[in-house]
Amino acid sequence: MTDPTDALVGQLGAGVVEQTRFRDERTLVVDKAHLEPALDAAFGLGFTVLTDLTAVDRHPGVPRFEVVYLLTSLVPPARLRLKVRVADGETVPSATGRWPGANWLEREVYDLFGIRFDGHPDLTRILMPDDWEGYPLRKDFALVEEPVQFIGHTPKVPSQIIPKSKQP
Amino acid sequence: MAVTGGVSLRATLVSRAATSAEATAADVRALESNVLTTTVDRMASWARKNSLWPAQFGLACCAIEMIAVAQSRFDIARFGSEAFRASPRQADLMIVSGRVSQKMAPVLQHIYEQMLDPKWVIAMGDCASCGGVFNNYALVQGVDKLVPVDVYVAGCPPRPEALLYGLLKLQELIANPSARRRS
Amino acid sequence: MSELTRETLVLNMGPQHPATHGVLRVLLELEGEAIVGAEPVIGYLHTGFEKEMETRTYHQNIVFPPRIEYLATFIEEQAYVLAVEKLLGISAPPRATMIRLILAELSRIASHLVYLGTGAMDLNVSSLLMYCFRDREEILDIFEMVSGQRMMHGYFRIGGLQWDVPTGFTERVRTFLKTFPSRLDEFETLLTDNLIWRERTEGVAVLSAEEALRYGCTGPLLRGSGVSYDVRKAFPYGGYDEFTFDVPVGVAGDAFDRYRVRMEEMRQSLRIVGQALDRLPEGPVLIDDRKVALPPRGELVRSMEAVIHQFKLVSEGIHPPAGEVYAAVESPRGEKGYYIVSDGSNRPWRVRVRSPSFNNLQALPVMLAHGSVADVVVAIASIDIVLGDVDR
Repeated sequence: MTDPTDALVGQLGAGVVEQTRFRDERTLVVDKAHLEPALDAAFGLGFTVLTDLTAVDRHPGVPRFEVVYLLTSLVPPARLRLKVRVADGETVPSATGRWPGANWLEREVYDLFGIRFDGHPDLTRILMPDDWEGYPLRKDFALVEEPVQFIGHTPKVPSQIIPKSKQP
Repeated sequence: MAVTGGVSLRATLVSRAATSAEATAADVRALESNVLTTTVDRMASWARKNSLWPAQFGLACCAIEMIAVAQSRFDIARFGSEAFRASPRQADLMIVSGRVSQKMAPVLQHIYEQMLDPKWVIAMGDCASCGGVFNNYALVQGVDKLVPVDVYVAGCPPRPEALLYGLLKLQELIANPSARRRS
Repeated sequence: MSELTRETLVLNMGPQHPATHGVLRVLLELEGEAIVGAEPVIGYLHTGFEKEMETRTYHQNIVFPPRIEYLATFIEEQAYVLAVEKLLGISAPPRATMIRLILAELSRIASHLVYLGTGAMDLNVSSLLMYCFRDREEILDIFEMVSGQRMMHGYFRIGGLQWDVPTGFTERVRTFLKTFPSRLDEFETLLTDNLIWRERTEGVAVLSAEEALRYGCTGPLLRGSGVSYDVRKAFPYGGYDEFTFDVPVGVAGDAFDRYRVRMEEMRQSLRIVGQALDRLPEGPVLIDDRKVALPPRGELVRSMEAVIHQFKLVSEGIHPPAGEVYAAVESPRGEKGYYIVSDGSNRPWRVRVRSPSFNNLQALPVMLAHGSVADVVVAIASIDIVLGDVDR
C-alpha cells in the first residue's frame, strides 16, 4: 500500500521544509507560503477532515510558534500532521474557508497563544474572558499560582520546587 | 420553656379551675404542659432547615454526584431538599458543585445576589472549597472569595453521603447559629 | 404586520440553565418562536488543564484526564496513558489491556446512561433519570470496587494498572451483563415508540453528513448522520481489533437517530465486555520495566536497586524520548485525542487535548437553523456535551 503522504510530498516539492516519522506518525513541516496549497493538496488526497488545529510554543526557540494541523482521512483510515512555523506577531492564513470547524479551533489558538489568522470571520477570545490580558499557554506566561499556606513552611510556588531535570 | 426538638413527654393534665383564685399548683403545671413557648426566630429556622431548596446549579464533576444525591439511591428527599429549583429566586441554598473559573465568577456572584434572603451556600468539593488540584490562572481559588460559604464538603468529588452530611451540618447551623465556627 | 412585531428578539440562555448540561451559554436570536441565529458562548469552565499538565511529570498528570471529561472517566484515563505509552514505545501487558478495555466499555455505558436520563429529563420524562442513575450506580460500584473511587479513579498507570482487580470482579460484571439488557429494553419501551418522544426528536436538530464532516464532528453525532467512523475500528487501539462488534449508524441525522445509535452502542459495549471477560488472560498487570513502572512493594525491603528505582521514579519521573505523538480513543462523545510533545525532559512540553465536545458543539447553530426555540434543549441534549470537555 502506498502512503498517501508520499504523494503529497511529491506534489509540494520544495514547500516541504522538513519531514519526520516518529512512532509511525508522519509530520510534514511546510513553509508558510505553501500552507494553503498543502492543505488543498491533502484534501485532494482524501484527508478531508480537520481533526485538530493547535499550536506549540517553542519559546525561546526561533521561530517561536508551530501551528499544527491534524488531518484525518476516513477511507482508507490515515492521519497526517502538517506544521507551519511562525514567529511572534506573524499571521497564518485561516482554514475556515475550507473547514468551518476551524473557526473555533483558530479562535482558541488566538486566545491561548496570541497567533492571528488572516481571513478569520471573528477572531475574538473564546475560552478566556473578553477583557483578559495575555495569552495563557505561552511559555513566558506564568502559571499564576497563588501561594499555598502550610503551617510551619514558607509558602512556595510548586513550579519553583520541581526543577526541570533536563533541558533539550 | 423553649422547644427545639421534640415536645416534652410529660403527662398531660387537665385543669378544672374556673377562676385564677381556684387554681392550685397542679393546675399551673397542667397549663405549662399544654402551651409551647418559643421565639419566632426558632420557629422560623425550624421550618427553614427542614425544607432547604437548592438552586439547580451544576458546574463540573461534582454536579454529577449532586444529581446522584437527588436520585433514588441516596435520596436527598429524606432531608427535605429534593426540590431543585431552576430559578435562583425560588431557591435558598446554593450548592457550588465544582470549579469556578474566572469567567464564571461574576455570573456566580450574580446568581447568588438574585437569591432571596435568607440564603446559604455549600461549597461542594475541593475545587469550590480551595481550588483543589488546580492552582492556575483560570480558576478562582475557592468560592469563598466570591460569596460567603456556610459549609465546606471535602472530596474530589465528595461521595453523595458526604454531601448529605454537609446538608445535615447546615441544618444544624440553621437551627443553632451559635454553633458556627469562626476563624 | 407592523414594524414592531418584525423585530427579532435576542434571548440569552445560560450560562446557568437547567437544560444546558453545564455552564453553557447560548445566544438565541428569535423571530417569534423561530430561530434566526444561535451562538454558543463557551469558556465558563475553562480550567487550564493544558497549562497545568505542562508543569507536572507524566505520572502526576494521570490525575487530570478524568477531571476533563467526568462522565467517561476510564476512557479518558485510557486515552492519556495510551498516548504516553506510544511516546515511550511500550505497551501494557495483555491482562492490563483487557481490564482497561472492560472498564472503558462500562464507562461508555455509564456515560450514555447520563445522556439518556438527562436528555429525557429535558423533555420532561423525569422518571427515566432515576432508572438510568440506578443502573449507573451499579457500574460505579464496580468502579469503586476496582479503584476505590466512584469517579476520579487514577487507576490506570503508564504501562499497566495500579493493581489487579479484586476477587469477585468478573462475577460482578457478569451479573451486570445479565441484568442490564432487560433494563435497556425497558428504557426503549418507554421512549422508542413513545409518540411524544418521537415527535419531539424526529426531524429535529438535523445535521447532514457533509456538514458534520466539515465541522469535524465525531462520535454518535457523526454516526447518527450516517458516517461510519469509529476510532475503535478505523485506528484500533487497546486491543479493540480482536473483538467483534458493530458500529451502528443512523440515516436521518436527527436527534432520534442519535438516540438510537447510543442505545445500540450500549448493547455493543455489553457484547465487547462479554467477549473480554471470556478471554481475560492471567498474568501481570504492570509492565516489568523499572524505568517506567514502580517496583512491587515487596521488593523494596529486599533490593537496594528497587529502592533507587522507586526514588528516581517518584522524585523525577520518566524521561520519554523527544518527539510528538497523537493517540486517540473513541469516547462516548467522539474522538478524544491526546497530542503530546516531548522535549526529552520529565515533563511534557505541550499536551493538547483534542476534545470531541468542542467540535460537536460548534455545529449547534447549523442544527438549530430554521428550528423553533423549543428544539434548543433537544439539540443540546442530543449532542451530549460535557462542558469540562468543551472548555478544558
